[in-house]
Amino acid sequence: MTTDSIPVETADARPGTAQKERKDSPRGKRSRQLFRHPGAGRQHHAGPVAYILLGIASLFSLFPLYWTMVAASSDNTRVTQSPPPFLPGPHLLENLGKAWQDAALGKAMLNSMIVAGVIALSTVLFATLAGFAFAKLRFKGRNVLLMLVIGTMLVPPQLGVVPLFMLMTELGWGQRLPAVIFPTLVSAVGVFFMRQYLTEALPDELVEAGRVDGAHSLRIFWSIVLPIARPPMAVLFMITFVHAWNDFFWPFIVLDMTNPTVPVALTQLSAGYVRDQSLIMAGALLGTLPLLAMFIIFGRQIVGGIMQGAVKG
Amino acid sequence: MAISTSTPPDGAPGTAPSDGSGTGTERQRRRTLLHRLDVRGAPYAFVAPFFVVFAAFSFYPLIYTSWISLHRVELSTLDVMEWVGFDNYTALWEDDRFWNALFNTFTIGVLSTVPQLLMALGLAHLLNYQLRGSTFFRVAALTPYATSVGAAALVFTMLFERDFGMINWMLSLFGVDNVDWENNKWAAQTAISTIVIWRWTGYNALLYLAAMQAIPRDRYEAAAIDGASRWQQFLKVTVPGIRSTIVFTIVLSTIGATQLFGEPLIFGQGPNGITGGADNQYQTLGLLLYEEGWKNYQMGRAATVAWAMFLLLIVVFIVQRLVARVLARRA
Repeated sequence: MTTDSIPVETADARPGTAQKERKDSPRGKRSRQLFRHPGAGRQHHAGPVAYILLGIASLFSLFPLYWTMVAASSDNTRVTQSPPPFLPGPHLLENLGKAWQDAALGKAMLNSMIVAGVIALSTVLFATLAGFAFAKLRFKGRNVLLMLVIGTMLVPPQLGVVPLFMLMTELGWGQRLPAVIFPTLVSAVGVFFMRQYLTEALPDELVEAGRVDGAHSLRIFWSIVLPIARPPMAVLFMITFVHAWNDFFWPFIVLDMTNPTVPVALTQLSAGYVRDQSLIMAGALLGTLPLLAMFIIFGRQIVGGIMQGAVKG
Repeated sequence: MAISTSTPPDGAPGTAPSDGSGTGTERQRRRTLLHRLDVRGAPYAFVAPFFVVFAAFSFYPLIYTSWISLHRVELSTLDVMEWVGFDNYTALWEDDRFWNALFNTFTIGVLSTVPQLLMALGLAHLLNYQLRGSTFFRVAALTPYATSVGAAALVFTMLFERDFGMINWMLSLFGVDNVDWENNKWAAQTAISTIVIWRWTGYNALLYLAAMQAIPRDRYEAAAIDGASRWQQFLKVTVPGIRSTIVFTIVLSTIGATQLFGEPLIFGQGPNGITGGADNQYQTLGLLLYEEGWKNYQMGRAATVAWAMFLLLIVVFIVQRLVARVLARRA
C-alpha cells in the first residue's frame, strides 16, 4: 500500500534498535516477550477479532448506500413490503430517469458541477498562494495573521446568513450561483493545509536560489512552488469539491427550486405529497454518484490527504 | 521542476549584465526598488484573498447580525429596518420554542457527538493494526463522508420508517414493537443523531489514526516494560498521545452540532421538517432560525436566533476549556 509505505518504513526502522536493546536487556525472557508484543503499535498484526469488528464497521458504512441502490432499483410496493428487499430489483434505469426529471436533477447536477468546480479551483489557487506566503515568506505580522486564519475556523459561517442573504439580494444574486460561490472562494482549512505541507516539503534554499536568480515572488510561486505543491493541491481540490458539493444550509436558503444545487433539489423529492420511495432513493443515488465515483477512483489519495492534514494540524 | 535554479529564467530582471552606463545604474536602482517592493508587498498580496473573502462574507455578516437583531426587518421589505431595541431578545427569552430548540440542540448534540467520537477512537485503534486490505477499510470508513446530508438523510428517513423501515423490521426480529421514529421525541432525536454519527465517525477515525501513527514506538515499549496491559497502554499511551487531535475533533463536532440543520429538516419530510416535527420535538436552533426568517418572514428575529447560537458556542467553548483544565490538573 503506497499510502502506508512511508510511515511503515520509519516504524520498521525502529524495531531494529529495539532488537539491539533486546539483546542487551538484562531482564531475560519476560522482557523479551514484552518486546515481541510491544502493545497497541502498528506492528501488531490484526487478529480475527479485529477483522470481524472492521468488517462490521465497513458493513455499517456501506450498507445504507447499498440499500439506496436496492431501493432505487425496485418499485414502490417492493420497497414498502416487510421484510424489506435485500437484493436489487429490475427498475434501476427507469427510476433513475424518472427521478432525474421529477427533481430537475439535470440542472441541479450542472449547477453543482459549476459551484463545486469553481470553489475547488479558487480554493486551491488562493490557499496555495497564502500557504506559500505563510510557510516561506517573511513579513511583519505573519504569526498574528496565521493565528487569525486558524481562529476563523471557529466561526461557523451559518451565523451570518441573515445579513448575507440581504447582501446577496442587494447585489442581485438571489437565487443565482454567485451567491453560493463567492462566500466560499477560499477556506481557512485550505490555507492551513497548504502551509503545513509547504513548510516541510519546500526547501528554503530553493526559494532563496530563485531570489538570487532575480525571480520575483509570483515567478517563484509559479515555477518553484506549484510543481512541488501539486500532490497536496490535488487532494485539497477533491476535499473542497466534496464539501462544496455537499454544502446544504446556505444553498438551501439562497437558491430556490428553479435553480438548485443537488442537495437542494433532493429535498424536493421527499417534500411531495405522493411519496414514491423508490424514486426518492433513485434521486439520492443520482446525487451521490459523482462523489462515489470520485471516492472509488481517488479514495486512497483522499484518505491520505485527510490524514496528512491531521497529523500536523 | 519547470526551471533549474542555477540558470536564471528567461527575462528575469537583475541578471542581465549591466554595461555600467548611466541608464544601466538607473535601471538597476529601479530594479532594486521593485525587488524591495516585491519582497515586502507580495506576501500581503498572497494572503489578501483569504482575508478579503472572510471579511466580506463571514466577519461583516457576523457583526451586522447583531445590528439587525435590534430591528424589525421583514423578508419582503429587506431595506426597511425599524429600530426595536432589545425587543427581539426579550421575545426570544420568553418564547418556549427557543428553549425547546436550545434543549434539543443540546441533547441531539450530546447524542450524536459522544458516541461518534468514542466509536471513532475504537475504529482508529482497529485501523492502526497491521492489516491486509487496510486501504479498503479506510476508504469504506470514509465513504459516508462523501454522501451529502440530503442523500444520507433521505436514506435514513426510509430506514427509520415506522411501518416498513428496515430498522423496525430488524427490531421486530427481537420482538420489539414498531417504534414511531418520527413522532416519539427521543426516538426522533436518536434517529437524527444516527445520521450524524454515520456520516462523521469514519472521518474522525482517520484523524485519530493519523495521530496514533505519529506516537513514538518507544513509549509503548516503555509501558510494556512497566507491565502495562494492552488496555492500559491504550489508556495511558495512545489516548494522551493523540490528545490534541481529540480536542480538535471535539471542537469541530461541537461547532457542527450547534449548527445542525439539514438532517432534522429532511428527516421531517417537507413542512414538518422546518418546525422539527409536529410538536417541535426535534427542532434545533438552526431550524428555528430558518423558521423565523424564511417561514415567518421575520429577519430581525432570525438574526436574534443566530446571535443566540453564537453565544451558545462561546459558552460551550468556555465550559470545554474549564473542563479540560480541571482534567489536566488532575492528571
